[in-house]
Amino acid sequence: MTAAVEAEVVNRAPTLEVVDLKTHFFTKAGVVRAVDGVSLRVAPGEVLGLVGESGCGKSVTGYSILGLIDPSGRIVSGRIAFAGRDLVRLPEDELRALRGSRIAMIFQDPMMTLNPVLRVDTQMVEAILAHRRMPHGEAWALARDALAQVGIPSPERRLKSYPHELSGGMRQRVAIATAFINKPDLVIADEPTTALDVTIQAQILHEAQELCRRTGTAMIWISHDLAVVSSLADRIAVMYAGVIVEEGRASDVIGAPLHPYTRGLLGSVPSANARGTRLAQIPGMTPSLINLAPGCRFRARCPRADAECTSEPAISEPLAHRQVRCWRPHLEGAMP
Amino acid sequence: MTAAARAPIIEARGLTKRFLKAPDLAERASAWLGGKAGGEVVRAVDGVSLTIGKGEVVGLAGESGCGKSTLGRMIAGLLEPSEGVLLYKGQDRATLTGSQAKAARLAVQMIFQDPYSSLNPRLRVEAAVGEAPLVHGLVSRADVARYVADILKRVGLDPELRRRFPHQFSGGQRSRIGIARALAVKPEFLVCDEAIAALDVSIQAQIINLFLDLREAYDLTYLFISHDLGVVQHICDRILIMYLGRIVEAAPTRALFESPNHPYTRALLAEVPRISLTKRTFHPIKGEIPSPLDPPPGCHFHPRCQHAMPRCRTEAPALRTIAPGRTSACHLNDA
Repeated sequence: MTAAVEAEVVNRAPTLEVVDLKTHFFTKAGVVRAVDGVSLRVAPGEVLGLVGESGCGKSVTGYSILGLIDPSGRIVSGRIAFAGRDLVRLPEDELRALRGSRIAMIFQDPMMTLNPVLRVDTQMVEAILAHRRMPHGEAWALARDALAQVGIPSPERRLKSYPHELSGGMRQRVAIATAFINKPDLVIADEPTTALDVTIQAQILHEAQELCRRTGTAMIWISHDLAVVSSLADRIAVMYAGVIVEEGRASDVIGAPLHPYTRGLLGSVPSANARGTRLAQIPGMTPSLINLAPGCRFRARCPRADAECTSEPAISEPLAHRQVRCWRPHLEGAMP
Repeated sequence: MTAAARAPIIEARGLTKRFLKAPDLAERASAWLGGKAGGEVVRAVDGVSLTIGKGEVVGLAGESGCGKSTLGRMIAGLLEPSEGVLLYKGQDRATLTGSQAKAARLAVQMIFQDPYSSLNPRLRVEAAVGEAPLVHGLVSRADVARYVADILKRVGLDPELRRRFPHQFSGGQRSRIGIARALAVKPEFLVCDEAIAALDVSIQAQIINLFLDLREAYDLTYLFISHDLGVVQHICDRILIMYLGRIVEAAPTRALFESPNHPYTRALLAEVPRISLTKRTFHPIKGEIPSPLDPPPGCHFHPRCQHAMPRCRTEAPALRTIAPGRTSACHLNDA
């Protein structure tokens, strides 16, 4: 993307704006603060990569936007502004009308989207007719074109098959085609390529990239894989223990990470030029979200932690377009 | 050092594994009524030959269903080959008997992908790690507690945790328990089957570092099976690329990544997601892995290969030496 186009994306009214979202789960063991004050925004046509390790709250953030939180969990506070409305306070029936038409989701396991006992065409046509009035034949033709768009050969035949007759990559393509079929404004993709082989993953990334570019759909791509996100996203938000610790343009976050955790993550990725050497690992493991110690959540694993870090840092913007939640960010290497 | 210069620890010659798909009820009924009898045969591994030298770290990479796990399990001795010979330090493993056979079995250990399903949930860690060395007489009952504590320390686990059950550990810790269990019988050769695939990036880095440390400490040889080429590239000296039951290319890591020879290797390497500063456009290879039940004739890769010639559709290319230490199975090399 050129700088001019990029500036335009930043200035456009966002498709989605999440402000200080808190989603907590009330369990017997205590309150799990899975999402604990997340703010983010996505502009039309933009791909936001939401990165973090398991249990950091990235998926719960995605589910919160769609109102798909399991019963023990609840959005405690915050605002989710989408199409001029606050999704947190929207009644269930209105939310239901948005899901699948204006906001769609792609899951890691396509069998979560697909009904195993219904043919592909039944499910895709149902997804169209649930939100739009049109003759069945027309909807069927739409479904066929959607499958062709995601690179499924002989879509007519595939429409008539059951999910178990398709390979994993094919199923994920059907799920993606279904997500995009009503031309949504926002697609939330939760690790959709994690279970797939590299060649199939590349195909899926290619289709998703094309669809966003063609339709102007905003996308939140949730993943633990920095390599995938770095080659796909315009902006990256890094999550750790329920909060976003760093956010900025993908090239900035990858090229000169400000937060020690982002640095650690990048150092953990095996790279080509240092074969056989020890990786710069992050010591320890992610903290339990039930009894979080006060102060910075990354403190116990952070090489730069000092006395200041015992109080929790707020999100700050030490450089233009770059946000970080850290008292001692790595500004040395990031000065323009 | 090249592979040939080291004493081979494992050698496979024409290793083949066939699985017979048992006929289901409908097929049995049709056979009974005089229809076509017999189940389908999957050639999961199809005539693979390889040599692994002492101290080498060899990567075995390929997409799901290519037979890499089956090959690993045969080398680890968990599956009997249908055809072919497996040599351990120059001796045919099938002909070994008594203490020699036992020593050969103990020397090759396997580490599995899923530490959830490969650990007995009802065994405490000390029992899971200590059972095998005790049974095989590597350690006396009196010493086993100290022995287990020592191994746990080696893999980065607090020996205080030895009375715990597997479910009380995190994923990374469970991986360490799996490694400790394999190390407990003092193996020389470890087959790691996607041993770090299920772990988070930061934990993955810790386990990769552990593998590197243990290699030095115990002079281990590894066969590292993974679909993740980034990981394989980081830790392996040499890489084998598998496609539909056959090895299509074998080369030292650097040479393979600098100049992949086989069209499948080239396509595979191009798709590896890399940390990059710019967005990239993906140009994926078309199609998917064909079913191993019905592999295409000739070169298995020809339906997806953009260089396919008429010859590729009929004649399977042999694995031929293309440079010192490098082999590739492609007809293009003959031209």
